[in-house]
Amino acid sequence: MITIAMTTGFVLILIGLYGALTNTNILRMIVSFTIASTGVNVVLVSVGYMPGRTAPILDDAVPVGSATTSIIDPIPQALVLTAIVIGLGVTALMLAYAYRLFRIRQTLDISKIVELKW
Amino acid sequence: MIRKFASVVLLLILGYAFYSLVAGFVPDGELNRSAAYYAENTARETGAQNIVTAIIVTYRGLDTLGEVTVLFLTAAIVAQVLSHSRAPAGTRGSGFLPAGELLETGTRLLVPLILLFGVYVFVNGHLTPGGGFQGGAILASAMLLLLLADPMRRFSHRLIAKVESISGLTYVALGVMGLVLAGGFLDNRILPLGQFGALFSAGAIPLIYSLIGLKVGAEFSSMLESLEETEDR
Amino acid sequence: MSNIPFVMALLLAVAMIAAALVAVRATATVGAVLAAGLVSLFASVMFLLLAAPDVAMTEAAIGSGLTTFLFFFVMGRIRREGGGND
Repeated sequence: MITIAMTTGFVLILIGLYGALTNTNILRMIVSFTIASTGVNVVLVSVGYMPGRTAPILDDAVPVGSATTSIIDPIPQALVLTAIVIGLGVTALMLAYAYRLFRIRQTLDISKIVELKW
Repeated sequence: MIRKFASVVLLLILGYAFYSLVAGFVPDGELNRSAAYYAENTARETGAQNIVTAIIVTYRGLDTLGEVTVLFLTAAIVAQVLSHSRAPAGTRGSGFLPAGELLETGTRLLVPLILLFGVYVFVNGHLTPGGGFQGGAILASAMLLLLLADPMRRFSHRLIAKVESISGLTYVALGVMGLVLAGGFLDNRILPLGQFGALFSAGAIPLIYSLIGLKVGAEFSSMLESLEETEDR
Repeated sequence: MSNIPFVMALLLAVAMIAAALVAVRATATVGAVLAAGLVSLFASVMFLLLAAPDVAMTEAAIGSGLTTFLFFFVMGRIRREGGGND
């Protein structure tokens, strides 16, 4: 289970990076980056998972006294929650700059933008 | 072609590094020390059922304040970048056709329910899965539905800005109150912890998470709106 | 009994990777954005299997909901101004 999730996350990171490196349309590059960030989140959550344990919520099923032996690690979950929200902010920022670039150059193809190329 | 080849080689190297990470990974048998501390002491120290919420709002509260600040900056920068790119005349709006009657009527039915659900999610953040960020996103999706039903609709920027700044200021004020009345910045014990598992429990956590929810909802709404509308004001 | 989550995780993994490949290689940008949203949606189910309901809710609401619409808004603006056919 952990291995499956972790492998999937790493494969998603690789696919996302491949897309970001090979596409020339700037919107497609941003889509690839969102896939890579989803992969990073899957990897982080799978690191915190432990087989046979439940979610870190203390209710009737998980009494406070036995919490240490029956819940999984809550810290990666808190980190990933933050990462997802910031990921949306980063995507919005990238999209705003991509739109601005389009308005100035009338193209989304970055291979046509060559001023800073060397 | 050489570019494609170089990127494939790079990805192969990365893939090998990832493979060795997966192959050498041994899952922990028991919680590490900080996780065990949270598992043992969350109920006693914060009174929250949901440990993830306790970590986000209380133990790592300063991180969350920084995160909300980052979101605020993002919304501001998106609005500023887009307001500098004036659309040519006659090409305003996002290009969606006007919605049909079905979507408009459905919107009128659904928006109050979605808003109610968002509020439920962030008020119960310390008891059930969910919290300020999820609830804020749900509030923003109600705004999204309104925008889809009527692309020409404009929300009051002043209202959004007011909700956002008031909740942000109250959040910081609650943190400073924790510094004065309890153990430190953003300490939730400025209010009584109450009965474990009740709605009004866990000190200031429901209050702080509701403020985060309102702030995040306002920020996402302003982001969506400034990406949707081309009109400048 | 413990096989069911395992099989589900396997299916989800295959579906996520397939959707990610579609998102990277599709010819139309609209299809790519939708496939990326699908990856996020499957990822949120995967988080549920990994006993992380908070993260699953966040991913479903933010990752697959709002992000997709941000892309559509920007694509709509670009199409309106006569571009982005590729």
